[in-house]
Amino acid sequence: MYEKDGEKYFIVDSHSHFWDASRENWKPGREEYAKGWIDCFYGYHQLGPPETHWDYERYLKVDEADFVRDMFTEGYVDVAIFQSTYLKDWYTTGFNTLERNSTMVEKYPERLIVNGRWDPRDGEAGLEKLEAEAEAYKLKGVKLYTAEWQDGSRGWKLTDPMSYRYLEKCQELGIVNQHVHKGPTIWPLNKDAFDMSDVDQVATDFQGLNFIVEHVGLPRIEDFAFMAVQEPNVYAGLSVVIGGLMHARPKFFAKVMGELLFWVGEDRMTYGGDYHIWTPKWQIEGFVDWQMPDEEAFSDYPRLSTAAKKKILGLNAARLYGLDVPAECRLPEAPVDVEQPGEQLVAGS
Amino acid sequence: MTVQVSPASATAGAGALRDAVWAALGTVLDPELDEPVTTLGFVERAEVGADGVATVRLRLPTFFCAPNFSFLMVADAFEAVSAVPGVTRADVSLLDHHASAEINGGVAAGAGFVQTFDGEAVEELDELRATFIRKAVMAGQDRVARPLVDAGATPDELATMRLGEVPPSADLERLRARRRFIGQPADDDAPLLLTFDGVPLPVEQVPLHLRRARLVRVGIETNGEYCRSLFEARYGGPAAGS
Repeated sequence: MYEKDGEKYFIVDSHSHFWDASRENWKPGREEYAKGWIDCFYGYHQLGPPETHWDYERYLKVDEADFVRDMFTEGYVDVAIFQSTYLKDWYTTGFNTLERNSTMVEKYPERLIVNGRWDPRDGEAGLEKLEAEAEAYKLKGVKLYTAEWQDGSRGWKLTDPMSYRYLEKCQELGIVNQHVHKGPTIWPLNKDAFDMSDVDQVATDFQGLNFIVEHVGLPRIEDFAFMAVQEPNVYAGLSVVIGGLMHARPKFFAKVMGELLFWVGEDRMTYGGDYHIWTPKWQIEGFVDWQMPDEEAFSDYPRLSTAAKKKILGLNAARLYGLDVPAECRLPEAPVDVEQPGEQLVAGS
Repeated sequence: MTVQVSPASATAGAGALRDAVWAALGTVLDPELDEPVTTLGFVERAEVGADGVATVRLRLPTFFCAPNFSFLMVADAFEAVSAVPGVTRADVSLLDHHASAEINGGVAAGAGFVQTFDGEAVEELDELRATFIRKAVMAGQDRVARPLVDAGATPDELATMRLGEVPPSADLERLRARRRFIGQPADDDAPLLLTFDGVPLPVEQVPLHLRRARLVRVGIETNGEYCRSLFEARYGGPAAGS
């Protein structure tokens, strides 16, 4: 929990990792890729405030003590959600797998949730595996990488026929939160693996599922926002947005927040701190202190209320994951469905 | 993209030839960011030897920058530099990238994207490029129209406004150039506002259109800021000449 000026914030970090990019885990013959990947993350790390930067060797892998200190002791996080990432093409035991993450969940069951994955290219066997994992790990969510390579395939879409089978299975098993990575810097070939029209269609076809677009589709935020305004079960996952822009590019952070508040709205935005690309402490403190600039260029963007900050930092994700929020952190009234200015504009045209 | 080089550069000395190569590279855009590779710092080196061989080295913000856009930049740079009068051969390659070997080999051999990534890529990149230029055209409408809105132009006025009625500016010229590239009207009597697909829009859609145009611009520019900041983190600052 974070407290500032008498206000109490329940913090749900809905996008975090517990990765192993240590040299020992670089797959023989694939070291260049393993290093390239973590170097890329280390580049993002530099976008945080200088005093929060870590030495490269330390950055490769954190241990349990680091995690507990950074997230819970110093970082105000009440509940964190692990998004599993495999990358077994170049990390021998995987980067941040369900198995690795769940060792932490077993130790801190009240504070950590682990999400699984699915991939339509795994076929029938993958469906069975998903069912077994849902049972074993009580899955309420998954992280999906539509741009991921697998054998000869260079990506997939949520609208692939086999994807529908998996989405039906998720609906049946209560895996309601589909976190879709539509974010920066990965390796899509062909047209555009971060095209978002597939999310648009499945959000319409699967009203019982929530689609949290992580990194708000950053390279394609225009496609994301215009899709989200029309799909009430699509959410803006702010991972990489706060960490990557709030300190390094504050003007652009304000513009992106302004656009998201305008089109998507404060009830459908969720904080993700991306540990340990960055630590949560500075992000949460900075976000609670943040306000839309007063300058003319930002004058027609909505401002951010304390209630909105509480929703974004935790209450929205708590709702998605059915978490119990302490009474002192709740908002006095149940959220009402407010029509966004963007929705009004779309409806009126 | 094609390049126009002034005839003078063909007969001038080595310095002028180097400048002509640099100018040619200035026409090569990062398709996703709609900015020249020269101002983004992506040109690590551009030199011309006494034998007229131009050596160009490109570098990008991350090891994993998408190979499709990377390929387009290297191929466009090769084409642009090869077309400079006085250049006998262009040696263009991409550094520090997970697909450097494939891209450099493919471009040097004059192979397309599909042939270069045989078995991996199934489509050429023309449509991808066109999609991003259409986005650039949307963003360009915000750049040109926003000052007019701020000065009090109404949706009625904007819906019927022609490019010839807009005060001259670099943003206007950029908008015209992008429109020409994808075959949208760009002359003085062309409407200022056009939908994503290039058709005029009724007055009642103007407010939504302008918000969308701004959204597209914020998206492209924010993407550019990420690339710049990652580039700085990787190489310690923009390249010389940018």
